[in-house]
Amino acid sequence: MNKKKEVLLEIKNLRIEGYSDEKWVDIIKGVDLTLHRGEVMGLIGESGAGKSTIGAGAMGYARDGTRISEGSSIEFDGMELTTATESEKRALRGARIAYVAQSAAASFNPAHKIIDQHTEAPLQYRLQKRMEAQEDAMDLYERLRLPHPQEIGFRYPHQVSGGQLQRAMTAMAMSCRPDLIIFDEPTTALDVTTQIEVLAAIRDIVDQFNTAALYITHDLAVVAQMADTIKVLLKGEEVEEASTEEMLKNPREDYTKSLWAVRSFESPQRQRPKDGVPLISLQNIDASYSSGPKILDDVSFDVYEGMTVSVVGESGSGKSTAARVITGLLPPSKGEVLFKGTPFTHDYRDRPKDELRQCQMIYQSADTSLNPKVKISEIIGRPAQFYSGLKGADLKARVDELLDLIELEPSQYYNRYPSELSGGQKQRIGIARALAAEPTFIICDEVTSALDQLVAEGILRLLDRLQNELNLAYMFITHDLATVRSISDEVVVMQQGKVVEQGAKDDMFKPPHHPYTDLLLSSVPEMDPNWLTTLLEERGVENLGDAAAAKIAEK
Amino acid sequence: MSIFVITYYSLLLAGSTAAAFFNKRSIFTLLFSLTLVSFVVGIIGGPGGLRAIAICAGILALAAMVSYSFREFLIMLAGPEVAKELRTAPLTAAFGMFVIFTYAITGIFAPWIAPFGEAEVISSAFAPADENMLLGADQLGRDMFSRLVYGTRNSVGLALTATCLAFFLGAGAGLLAAVKGGWFDQLMGRIADVIMSIPSLIFALLMLSIFGPSMPVIICAVAIIYAPRVFRLTRAVAGNVVVMDYIEAAKLRGEGTGYLIRREVLPNSMAPLIAEFGLEFCFVFLLVAGLSFLGLGIQPPTADWGSMVRENATLISFGDITPLIPAAAIALLTVAVNFVVDWMLFRSSGLKEH
Repeated sequence: MNKKKEVLLEIKNLRIEGYSDEKWVDIIKGVDLTLHRGEVMGLIGESGAGKSTIGAGAMGYARDGTRISEGSSIEFDGMELTTATESEKRALRGARIAYVAQSAAASFNPAHKIIDQHTEAPLQYRLQKRMEAQEDAMDLYERLRLPHPQEIGFRYPHQVSGGQLQRAMTAMAMSCRPDLIIFDEPTTALDVTTQIEVLAAIRDIVDQFNTAALYITHDLAVVAQMADTIKVLLKGEEVEEASTEEMLKNPREDYTKSLWAVRSFESPQRQRPKDGVPLISLQNIDASYSSGPKILDDVSFDVYEGMTVSVVGESGSGKSTAARVITGLLPPSKGEVLFKGTPFTHDYRDRPKDELRQCQMIYQSADTSLNPKVKISEIIGRPAQFYSGLKGADLKARVDELLDLIELEPSQYYNRYPSELSGGQKQRIGIARALAAEPTFIICDEVTSALDQLVAEGILRLLDRLQNELNLAYMFITHDLATVRSISDEVVVMQQGKVVEQGAKDDMFKPPHHPYTDLLLSSVPEMDPNWLTTLLEERGVENLGDAAAAKIAEK
Repeated sequence: MSIFVITYYSLLLAGSTAAAFFNKRSIFTLLFSLTLVSFVVGIIGGPGGLRAIAICAGILALAAMVSYSFREFLIMLAGPEVAKELRTAPLTAAFGMFVIFTYAITGIFAPWIAPFGEAEVISSAFAPADENMLLGADQLGRDMFSRLVYGTRNSVGLALTATCLAFFLGAGAGLLAAVKGGWFDQLMGRIADVIMSIPSLIFALLMLSIFGPSMPVIICAVAIIYAPRVFRLTRAVAGNVVVMDYIEAAKLRGEGTGYLIRREVLPNSMAPLIAEFGLEFCFVFLLVAGLSFLGLGIQPPTADWGSMVRENATLISFGDITPLIPAAAIALLTVAVNFVVDWMLFRSSGLKEH
């Protein structure tokens, strides 16, 4: 590799301060970074580590309410960005430094066609005429392997899928052939099968144009595929930096090692009781939203007492809809949900209290699932009060007991509001609220996908412990196969509203698979830096991702 | 040149030079542009013009000082949570709070503050101000100041009751519509549309001429006119809240509509509603004053600012400002409430100053 020629970006002693509680607080506490032309550097760390802030800082940009402190130096290709005027910086952005945001759907303007947004920068900087720019865009779309590159640009953002939009955004960042692209978690919001396409496309195009890149992510396996060097960040400080191979083989710092070891948790496989009645049994369920197309098509699976069933599949496969049918939010148009052999009332409004309490739910986003204006004591206490009629001292004792169960000190958290908790703590409160109803069955809807890996593992361990202590059954909705591997006993794979395969976990992770399961499993990034390369060689580009999923669905 | 003019210019120039020396850009710009304006005013208007500028600046400075001290006073009294919020309040909001506070005190303690009764005739009609009567007498020889004080109680009290009722009706229906949805939502929405399609003043005049201009009728009429606006806002705000996961969790728990509204939806829609309350209060106040001015509001001899303007309107042609005093009282309260509301809207919208 002759990439290490010329220094493109040099950041020295970068300090960024944020304004909170009437004080300026350091968010980034002196980070150094050197990026050569054509080099890809991965920035990893938990949320709040300052990855995105550094990414924006590399463009000389500080978000509202933050500022770059004096003494920091950001030198881009010989130009000092901390002292540059706003118009000088603006001339760089888009033309020489480009940015790819996490959510392409939110970053595209829904009122303009994709190609018009693409050609905006080259036209603005008078690099190309409109027709030239459009042809160039189509060329880029082709290189990024977007379907129908000649016409996809003339669609509006809502007319293409999430993975395609993310690639279109990468193409847009490429439109002026910048020297540096900042990728801010470009694949975090995508399904594994889609993610792999985007990753392959990004890697190719960065390689072709010898563009330098900062790749920000919290997923180690992803960064291992993309980056030449990796920098680990923790709370605004650098933990360590090394080349990818070196970093994966011998991480030096304890923190890095703990990140690497995070996927080690695995709960032992439980077996179905020989002759029991399943706790929850879905029988030939069809469901649709207000006379639209069928979202669930003949779905049947069983959940036994004290066991965990994971439902996996891409977004839109009907996982969450199945949960809504069980809870009664969406009455099925055909079929029956049985609870211990007796049918559940279809609509939740008609269910008696005792049926309602049996089946509780834990939500993906703790931010929207906890009422921000209500204290923890009431959030947890209300179900206990509502179902068991506890009052006064009894109620307080019950809340304390529940807080103990989820490993939060009762005296400290009793009177807090949700906004005073961290993401992981909020999710724990969500669990406690579900437990307060004393259910036998809990639906966990993507409970760990909004959390950092270390925190997510803590939640998984907690759920596993509670399951053993209280003999709970879980239905785990997730698209993350690592989560499936660590917690589930049985797996149900869904695609386009149908169950394509189901069985015990140990069998599911061993071949032979249904082709779709195989596709899902093979799309999960691994720590091996050559994983993506090997996979592409083995299968070829057209047998990966959405294209392959569509083929399987056709059969 | 008089001593006044010389001190005036030297103070301004010294101030701007000092500001420039200490590198305070905004203060310098302000003072120096004031100096330049003063040159022009001085040439055209002479010392009189300059004196007017000086008085205006003095009043502004006084208001700023009062607001600042009042804010510090409130911060001292309030608990730590509220104090933190209060510190973010701009001076205008503090000024608004001070004015509202003064009005409240005046209204509550009217009988003790006013030197005469509101219907008491004590001198000849339109008597000028003397040591007995601060602001002179009105068209029947009643003390203007006493009537102004009683007017605070009547006008503000009426507007406040009407706004509260409008909010009770509008917010209640809005929350219910958002939580229930379906046909109930549709029905309430259409009713609101119908009420809103009738011009408010005409509707009020109609109601008042049918049922006669008594206090309860005025309150009800005004409440019915303003409730649909509150309904629309509440429904929109609550509509964003009812789609949250915690509402779904509460529904799945089997909670009733009452609990959903009271504990889950209302606390999360409170901020914009409070801001709207301030705004609506101003509109209601102006409507009530307008009705009084037309003679259909609060009936004499009860003191009311709107009717006071009308009764003394003839004095305007003699160059007397007496009829403008109640009008100014209305204007000051409206401005003050808006200052406070602006700050609350700013807070609830989560905007940050750059």
